[in-house]
Amino acid sequence: MKLLTHNLLSSHVRGVGPRGFPLRLQATEVRVIPVEFNPDFVARMIPKVEWAALLEAADHLRLAEVPKGPIQGYEQDETFLRKMHHVLLEVEVVEGTLQCPESGRVFPITRGIPNMLLNEEETET
Amino acid sequence: MRTSAGRNGAAGLPEQEIQSLLSLFGGQFTNNQGTYGKSPFWILTIPSEDIARNLMKRTVCAKSIFELWGHGKSPEELYSSLRNYPVEKMVPFLHSDSTYKIQIHTFNKTLTQEEKVKRIDALEFLPFEGKVNLKKPQHIFSVLEDYGLDPNCIPENPHNIYFGRWIADGQRELIESYSVKKRHYIGNTSMDAGLSFIMANHGKVKKNDIVFDPFVGTGGLLIASAHFGAYVYGTDIDYNTVHGLGKASRKNQKWRGPDENIRANLRQYGLEKYYLDVLVSDASKPSWKKGTYFDAIITDPPYGIRESTRRTGSQKEIQKGIGKCPESHVPVSLNYHLSDMFFDLLNFAAETLTLGGRLVYWLPIYTPEYTEEMVPWHPCLKLISNCEQKLSSHTARRLITMEKVKKFENQDQYSHLLSDQFLPYQGHNSFREKYFSGITKRTAKEEKSSQE
Repeated sequence: MKLLTHNLLSSHVRGVGPRGFPLRLQATEVRVIPVEFNPDFVARMIPKVEWAALLEAADHLRLAEVPKGPIQGYEQDETFLRKMHHVLLEVEVVEGTLQCPESGRVFPITRGIPNMLLNEEETET
Repeated sequence: MRTSAGRNGAAGLPEQEIQSLLSLFGGQFTNNQGTYGKSPFWILTIPSEDIARNLMKRTVCAKSIFELWGHGKSPEELYSSLRNYPVEKMVPFLHSDSTYKIQIHTFNKTLTQEEKVKRIDALEFLPFEGKVNLKKPQHIFSVLEDYGLDPNCIPENPHNIYFGRWIADGQRELIESYSVKKRHYIGNTSMDAGLSFIMANHGKVKKNDIVFDPFVGTGGLLIASAHFGAYVYGTDIDYNTVHGLGKASRKNQKWRGPDENIRANLRQYGLEKYYLDVLVSDASKPSWKKGTYFDAIITDPPYGIRESTRRTGSQKEIQKGIGKCPESHVPVSLNYHLSDMFFDLLNFAAETLTLGGRLVYWLPIYTPEYTEEMVPWHPCLKLISNCEQKLSSHTARRLITMEKVKKFENQDQYSHLLSDQFLPYQGHNSFREKYFSGITKRTAKEEKSSQE
């Protein structure tokens, strides 16, 4: 699971609503895989990123060199975009968990794939 | 433009594909003919040659596009039409420094070499000043003769003759290169490659888009979007399918191999860089945060026939036959009513699509009861097209394309419940029974008639 994805996920446990974001990330196995740098795509993603959530997740993965927020003129700033590219797309959680901050419910990540399924009792109606 | 009208047996698909692509490239076309759909030749007015080229880089329905210089129902009409074509438009491609060749294409008829040469000679009145080069000409001109579509009834003379300058060919070979037959990872209901490209075109997928498939299966639809430069997400309720585990869909193969999963499929075509993530998730209970970040949602939801429709429920049933994957632990198996599934899908699309983003999906219908009013609607989504593909004598599926035209507000979530349309589609909830009952009736009939 990439950090871009983590930034888009929220808990849908019953009654939790917007307090289900962001999910608390823990990882027991992380890998870094190179992905071709596409500055246009990264620039497109910047406005969609929730920075606090990203920084928290990056912190749990002990990533260094994570920009603290968008900078002025980021669309043309290759250094900034490359850093964001790395953080959002090249770091993958292979084994770990995502935890709902409100209910404590844990969603496992196995072989890089999160399992978000809940029982009926747990879900929103 | 020459197309493969109705190649997949889905009416209206080529027209809709071209319309969607033209709107993607900022063009509109006017159809000068009115008979398009029946003929494999269409005359379109397109604003520029660049737009035409961009169109051809995407379409799988259209075979080739030509700049039309003249046409008619007989050679005389063609020549007269050519004489009326403005010379100043011809000259740039005919001047003495250029090379060219003229080809004769006859559709549904074969001509002898002699007959072809005669036709080329008849065009001598055109002001060609360049040199003929049969191997690598700068400009290719084509005479296209249309002898109809019925191979059992070939007329003496063509219905129509066209003369034009060849501009570009379409992407028909994608269908072969991305064929499901050669794909590493397939499932029981993997989408035909041609249709998956058409769906991506209906979705106006473009570079740097994010495309999502909430019923991703083996990821076939993601491949087409990735091919056009979009980054892709998929979810599916089936743990094994998402992970690429469990029983294989190929004949003679028992279990899926390590190279069989969605990511591997993208890797097979050199598209792995567009893979974002796949998740095990229930489409009726999505885990996405509030916001608009999908540029297109392109999907083929289960119809309940070859794959069951499911959503998570209480722990009444234990998953059987899990085999190697005991941890798939899906506390599943509520019947997911088809009407609920489509309304969930439309709501989800209305919430998460960017404005102008598209939803493209297949809607199964029971033909004897289908009416247009049944097509699910939503106040934020505009219906762009609805193309039918027959599945059996009494069932079909419709490729529905919708575009988000209004920002989503909370109350939009429930407005469909007030609609009369909600009730008619509910009849389709027993789609599965109707599908199978149709087969049972037919088998009974066949048995009866064979006994007589």
